[in-house]
Amino acid sequence: MSDAAIHDEHHDHHPYGGMTRWLTTTNHKDIGTMYLVFALIMFFIGGAMAMVIRLELFQPGLQFVDPVFFNSMTTMHALVMIFGAVMPAWTGFANWLIPMMIGAPDMALPRLNNWSFWILPFAFTLLLSTLFMPGGGPAGGWTMYPPLVLQTGAAFPFLIFSIHFMGASSIAGAINIIATVFNLRAPGMTLMKLPLFVWTWIITAFLLIASMPVLAGAVTMLLTDKFFGTAFFSAAGGGDPVMFQHIFWFFGHPEVYILILPAFGIASAIIPTFARKPLFGYASMVYAAASIAFLSFIVWAHHMFTVGMPLAGELFFMYATVLIAVPTGVKVFNWVATMWQSSMTFETPMLFAIAFVVLFTIGGFSGLMLGVTPIDFQYQDTYFVVAHFHYVLVTGAIFSIMAGTYFWLPKWTGHMYDEGLGKLHFWLSTISVNVLFFPQHFLGLAGMPRRIPDYAVQFADWNMVSSIGGFVFGGSQILFLVVIVKCVRGGQKATDRVWEGAHGLEWTLPSPPPYHSFSTPPAPATIEGGMR
Amino acid sequence: MTNAHAHHHYYVPDPSRWPITATIAIFTMFVGGALTLDEQTYGPKILLGGFVLFVYMLFGWFGDVIRESEKGTYGHWEDTSFRMGMMWFIFSEVMFFAAFFGALFYARVLSVPWLAGAGAKAATHQFLWPSFITDWPLLQVPNNYGFKEAKDVIGAWGVPALNTAILLTSGGTVTWAHWALKKNNRGQLILGLALTVALGALFVGLQAKEYGHAYHELGLTLNAGIYGATFFMLTGFHGFHVTMGTIMLATILARSIRGHFKPDHHFAFEAVAWYWHFVDVVWIGLFIFVYWL
Repeated sequence: MSDAAIHDEHHDHHPYGGMTRWLTTTNHKDIGTMYLVFALIMFFIGGAMAMVIRLELFQPGLQFVDPVFFNSMTTMHALVMIFGAVMPAWTGFANWLIPMMIGAPDMALPRLNNWSFWILPFAFTLLLSTLFMPGGGPAGGWTMYPPLVLQTGAAFPFLIFSIHFMGASSIAGAINIIATVFNLRAPGMTLMKLPLFVWTWIITAFLLIASMPVLAGAVTMLLTDKFFGTAFFSAAGGGDPVMFQHIFWFFGHPEVYILILPAFGIASAIIPTFARKPLFGYASMVYAAASIAFLSFIVWAHHMFTVGMPLAGELFFMYATVLIAVPTGVKVFNWVATMWQSSMTFETPMLFAIAFVVLFTIGGFSGLMLGVTPIDFQYQDTYFVVAHFHYVLVTGAIFSIMAGTYFWLPKWTGHMYDEGLGKLHFWLSTISVNVLFFPQHFLGLAGMPRRIPDYAVQFADWNMVSSIGGFVFGGSQILFLVVIVKCVRGGQKATDRVWEGAHGLEWTLPSPPPYHSFSTPPAPATIEGGMR
Repeated sequence: MTNAHAHHHYYVPDPSRWPITATIAIFTMFVGGALTLDEQTYGPKILLGGFVLFVYMLFGWFGDVIRESEKGTYGHWEDTSFRMGMMWFIFSEVMFFAAFFGALFYARVLSVPWLAGAGAKAATHQFLWPSFITDWPLLQVPNNYGFKEAKDVIGAWGVPALNTAILLTSGGTVTWAHWALKKNNRGQLILGLALTVALGALFVGLQAKEYGHAYHELGLTLNAGIYGATFFMLTGFHGFHVTMGTIMLATILARSIRGHFKPDHHFAFEAVAWYWHFVDVVWIGLFIFVYWL
């Protein structure tokens, strides 16, 4: 290497101070931190929107907000939580952890890495600014179905361009992760020794690269239909509004696995640690994740069973959808088998991981119900669907993000978090999230439609219960913020290994790890393969 | 794969101001573009400002990378990351085109015949537009309110066939240039690249002329119904990619003239060549499914 001086700066030495450091950094730990902080901010913004929704739904009738604003809250809540909170949180975990887990000096393409992060605050400026525009923010649902979405006012092109921008960020991030894992693994870190979080992220990255450009294409067609007179989604011109739904969900179904696959990886890291046993069925976990990813490309039309497809299509998409239960079941049984006859302790990360397994499985079962075509005819666009995807996304994706945060926070900050507050956060969240979402199953089965600010009086009781759960759940997240801030600022010094049962290269580094780690690869003997 | 690099430090670049510059440039372009579409008078100026910053960023960022490359900063290990990056970027581009090909096939095979009563859609046909007849290329749309129907479409065996020959030839000339680079034959390298750039520019020129013909004589526009929409979006995005590819090839040509690249170390050349073959393959798909069949 020509520039030996660079490699002598392996201490906590930053070339720039202040804001310039963060704007220009090429360091995977800095970028990981920015992703995670951004995701947390977006989680609270999206959460505030959810509070508006639950407030309006506390009672029948129109109390607090006008219907268009309500609709724009449901639309923006989804966009902010999906693209602003969960996806950046996963990329933040990937940035922090993957180079350390595989013994790499950094991400493979560090400048591209900086770019994929810094796109996000600007993309969300585009998106959130629409709330202050004439005509309000987009209000036709995050799925942006035409012709409804084409009635959006001045916000419309901002919505489309913000989606393009976020997509570019995701694709660049995914490319970086693939290049990092396939090119920068330490000697001896073979593919079947990778931690499952790395495996699930590689598979997620392939899903991102294959699906995000399709979304870009779909929203580009919306843009030309609105401004340049094309007929893609207009039957009068020979197109078809249903065609948008097909193209959108060709992206949209892989997208839901983009949101959940890294969660599987996190559960597979935490459960063996606190069960003090190697993960049951490591190889089957890898194959199951790959099978889920493959199936995700051939099930998209289960989001549109009631749209009027040929019978053969309804049947194919139903059988393919129900097939996903097989590899997902493999995963759930493996987690349970890992815990079987183990010596478990229940620190906060483990509590969240166990809650993840139980509650995600509930979301999986309601998904199975929705996957059966004739049953879906009954449930389509009701609160049953809302309950289903919040069980998989909140108690699935978000709970495992919280589990992972508690698990690696001592490694990242060098301090132990406040275990008492962590457990309080867990119990408040877990009880309230079930009060919030479980009654929505009943509301849906009784026929309450989703995305509507007012409802018939027979739905009043369960909506009030759900709203109370929502306020408690929302309030509990302040505790999460408190725990994180306290932990960053100080606390009991964390050891290198942090958890007694922790395995993997990141635990061989000091807590917090040095600014540059594994500039020379770790000794092959330190690599424990296939454990988690 | 990585075992060979045990004693070599992977190059992690110093902090760079180019990524944030790129973000601000694109953000400005998006704001300007959106305001333009919303018919705000200052929109185009903001758009232009963003574009200027974007071009400045391209020179800055690629300039840094070229200087690092010429200093010998990148070894085989870094090269592999670049190759993976380019390969998966091109795959993402393939998926972008797949969305528009998907729209073309869906309209042609499903939605247009359905509007004319195919499958189980007899009632749709009867109650929506009973006089609609399925056809491809679709000249007469089900209801021409809001659309201007085309008189005719562009046939495959005129300029499109010529353009196919041009692009296929350019795939050959760029391969010839690569062969010359590997043999360290600078003269043939430069000649091969110059020919490729010329053929790319010729393709774009002919395509522009054909667009003029379509708009002014055939009445085939973006607004002509589903055929015009799929035709112009597919060929338009392809033409944009050919333009980008031609600019990339011209950059590589300029670098070759300056003496950059070595027979065993020329990732930038190969990345551009891959990109060029990618636009070539997309064109074959367009020629077959948009123009010919």
